[in-house]
Amino acid sequence: MNRHAIFEKNSIVLTVGILVMVAIGGLVELVPNFYLKSTIEKVDGMRPYTPLELAGRNIYVREGCYLCHSQMIRTLRDEVERYGPYSLAAESMYDHPFQWGSKRTGPDLARVGGKYSDDWHVQHLVDPRSVSPASVMPGYPFLAKAKLTGEDIVDHLKVNALLGVPYSDEMIEAARADFLAQANPDAADDIDGFEARYPKAVARDFDGNPEAVTEMDALVAYLQMLGTLVDFNLYDGKADINLR
Amino acid sequence: MASTAKRSLTLEEGGFAVFTGLIALYCLMAAAKTTDAVMAFHAWVGLALSLIGIFAIFKGYTKRKENPPQTIDGLPNYQLGPIKFASFMAMFWGIAGFTVGLVIALQLAYPALNFNLPWTNFGRLRPLHTSAVIFAFGGNVLLATSFYIVQRTCQTRIAGNTAPWFVVAGYNAFILIAGTGYLLGVTQGKEYAEPEWYADLWLTIVWVVYLLVFLATLWKRKEPHIYVANWFFLAFIVTIAMLHLVNNATVPVSIFGTKSYIVWSGVQDAMTQWWYGHNAVGFFLTAGFLAIMYYFIPKRADRPVYSYRLSIVHFWSLIFLYIWAGPHHLHYTALPQWSQTLGMTFSVMLWMPSWGGMINGLMTLSGAWDKLRTDPVLRMMVVSVAFYGMSTFEGPLMSVRAVNSLSHYTDWTIGHVHSGALGWVAFVSFGALYCLVPWIWNRKGVYSLKLVNWHFWVATIGIVLYISAMWVSGIMQGLMWRAYNALGFLEYSFIETVEAMHPFYVIRALGGALFVVGALIMAYNLWMTVQHGEVETASAKPALAPAE
Repeated sequence: MNRHAIFEKNSIVLTVGILVMVAIGGLVELVPNFYLKSTIEKVDGMRPYTPLELAGRNIYVREGCYLCHSQMIRTLRDEVERYGPYSLAAESMYDHPFQWGSKRTGPDLARVGGKYSDDWHVQHLVDPRSVSPASVMPGYPFLAKAKLTGEDIVDHLKVNALLGVPYSDEMIEAARADFLAQANPDAADDIDGFEARYPKAVARDFDGNPEAVTEMDALVAYLQMLGTLVDFNLYDGKADINLR
Repeated sequence: MASTAKRSLTLEEGGFAVFTGLIALYCLMAAAKTTDAVMAFHAWVGLALSLIGIFAIFKGYTKRKENPPQTIDGLPNYQLGPIKFASFMAMFWGIAGFTVGLVIALQLAYPALNFNLPWTNFGRLRPLHTSAVIFAFGGNVLLATSFYIVQRTCQTRIAGNTAPWFVVAGYNAFILIAGTGYLLGVTQGKEYAEPEWYADLWLTIVWVVYLLVFLATLWKRKEPHIYVANWFFLAFIVTIAMLHLVNNATVPVSIFGTKSYIVWSGVQDAMTQWWYGHNAVGFFLTAGFLAIMYYFIPKRADRPVYSYRLSIVHFWSLIFLYIWAGPHHLHYTALPQWSQTLGMTFSVMLWMPSWGGMINGLMTLSGAWDKLRTDPVLRMMVVSVAFYGMSTFEGPLMSVRAVNSLSHYTDWTIGHVHSGALGWVAFVSFGALYCLVPWIWNRKGVYSLKLVNWHFWVATIGIVLYISAMWVSGIMQGLMWRAYNALGFLEYSFIETVEAMHPFYVIRALGGALFVVGALIMAYNLWMTVQHGEVETASAKPALAPAE
C-alpha cells in the first residue's frame, strides 16, 4: 500500500485523482443522452408553450407544485390505468427545467389537461377541500387576485428560443398579443393567428374573471394543456425508433 | 508576514475589501434598475452585507496590534474565529431548519396550517426546510469541522486570515439570500438546487475560495501525509463544485431580475438533476460527514482508526461508485433504460464501500466499547454510524427496479432520507459539535453530559417514530396505488390513499417534534458550555494523536 503515498503526500495528485474518479460516471451517463437519437421519441403534436401557458408554468414552478405532484407516468399497469398513457421523453423536451417530480403527495398531473373544468380548477386552487374534502393541498386564493401584464413575456420566449425551444420570430413578435388573446379571446384582434401559431391551444377566460389576466388564468391554462399535445391513437410505442 | 511582527493592511485584506466593494456597487445598481421586487430586496440585503463585510475588514485591521503570527511558542497559532462562527450558525440554522420541518410535517397532517398565504404554503416552505437542514446546518458543520480538522491534522495555521472569514460569512450570506428567496417565490424548480442564478454565482465564488483555502492549508502542512479525513473533505469540495456548475447552468431573463431558465430540458435535465441530487447526498451528506467520522470518533474514543488499508479502498471505491447512482431516482420513467440499469447496478455495488466505511468507523471502538456506557457523545456518534449502515443498506435495496416500482413517489423515500439525515448526518454532527465547542472555546468539557444523554434519547425516539411511520405509510400507499379488486379495476381512488396517510403523518410530526426538543436541549447545553464552562488550563490540552 506504499504506492498510495503519492496521493497522501501530494495534494494536487490527490485532487486530480479525485476529479478523474468522479468524472467518469457522470460522463458515461450524461453525455450519450445528448446525442443518442433514441433518447427522445419521434412524435407529432409537440409545440412550445403559449406565452400564457409559459407564464402559468412559471407559477407552477414558483409555488413548488413539483414537490407534491409528479408529471411522469411510469410504464406500470396501474399507473397507465390511473393516469393515462405512460409519459414520453418527447413530452417534456421543451421543459426548462423538467418537472417530473419525485413525490406523489397528490396525484400525477402529466395528463391532467381536460380532465376537469376550468371552474373546478379555480375552485380547487382557491379552496381544495371545498371540492375534495380529504385533500391536504394548500389553498392558493391569492392567485386569483394577482394580475399579470405580460409585459416581459417576450423576454421569456427569447431566452427559451436561445436554449433551443422552437419559438419562431413570428411567435416572439406576437408574444404579448398572444398572451392577452389567449386569456381574453373576445377582445383579441388576431385570435386566428394565435391558433395557427399554437395548434391545439385553447383560448378562453380561464378564471371566470374577464376584467383582468390573473395568475389563476395562467396556471389553469397551463394545467389544462398538460399531456394533451400528443395523440396516443396515432403514436406507435412499439416502433423500433421509439423503443427505450 | 509573521517576521515583520507589525500590523499592516495585507494584500489579502485589501483585495477582499475591493472585491466586496464591487459587489456593493453591483447591488446598488441592481436595486436602482430592477423592476423585480424580490431582486430589489435581495440587492439591498446584498448591499448591507457587503458594507458590513468591508467594515469588519477595516475594524479587524484597526483593532489588532500586529498581524497574527503563524506560531506562538513553537505551537501552531490556529485560527478559531471562523470555526466558532460556523459552529454557532450550524446550531442556529439547525434549530430553524428542524422547526420548519416540523411545521411542514404538521401541514401535511392538518392542511389548515398553510394559512392560504403565498409565503407559508408547503410548496415554498419545503425547499426552505431541505436547504436549511442540508446546506445551512450541514454546510456550517462541514465548514467548522473541515477548518478545524485541516489545521489540526496539518499542524499549521489555516491559509489566509480574511479568506476563511470570507468563506464562512459568504456562505451564510448565500443561505440568507436563498432562504428568503424561497419564501418570496424565487426558485429554479430543481430539488436541492432551488437557489436562483445570482445566489448560485455567489456560491460559486465562495466555494472557489473555500477550495483554495483548503488546498493552501494542505500545502503548508507540517505533517508528511495528508490525513484521511482531508481526502474526504477534498473530494466533497471538488465534487460539489463540479455538480453545482453543471446542474445549475442557466440563462437569466434579465441580469436585474430573479428568473432564469435552466439550460437543460426534459429528459437530459432529469438525468443531470439526479446526477446532481444523488451526489449531493453522496458528497455533501456522505463524504463530508465521513471526514467528520474519521477525525472525531478516533479522537473521542482515543483509539486509532481501525484499518488504514480499508480507508484507502473505501475512499476510492466510494467516490468512484457514488457518481453513477443518480438514475435510480428515475426508474420506469422516460429516461432510457440503459441508463436506469447502470444506475441500479452501481447503486447495489455502492453498498460495499458504504459498509466498508461503517465497519471502519465502528471497529475503531475496538478496546473502547465500554466508553459507550459512560460517554453519551461517543454513543451518539457510534449510533450515527449504525444509522449510516442501515440507510446505506436500505438505499441499494430501494434502487432495485422492482422495489423502486413500489417505493418511488411514496413516503418510503422520505423515511429513507430521514434515517440518513437525522440518524447519520445530524447525529454525527451533534457528536462533533459536542466535542468541538469545548475544544475551540477552551473548556474542560461540555456543560452537562446528563443533558447530552437526554438529547440522545429524546432524539433517538423521535427518529424511530419518524422512520417507522414513513415505512408504514410509504409501503401502504405504494400497495394501495397498485391494488386491484376482484373485477380487475383499481381498488382505491387516489384520495382514499391520501386519507389513509393521516395517522402516520401525525406520528411523523410527533417524531419531528421530539427531534426539535432534542436540538433545543443541545443548544442550551452548548450555550452554557461557552458561557459558564470550566476553563481548560493550557497544560491539560488533549495531546494530538499522530495522523495515522
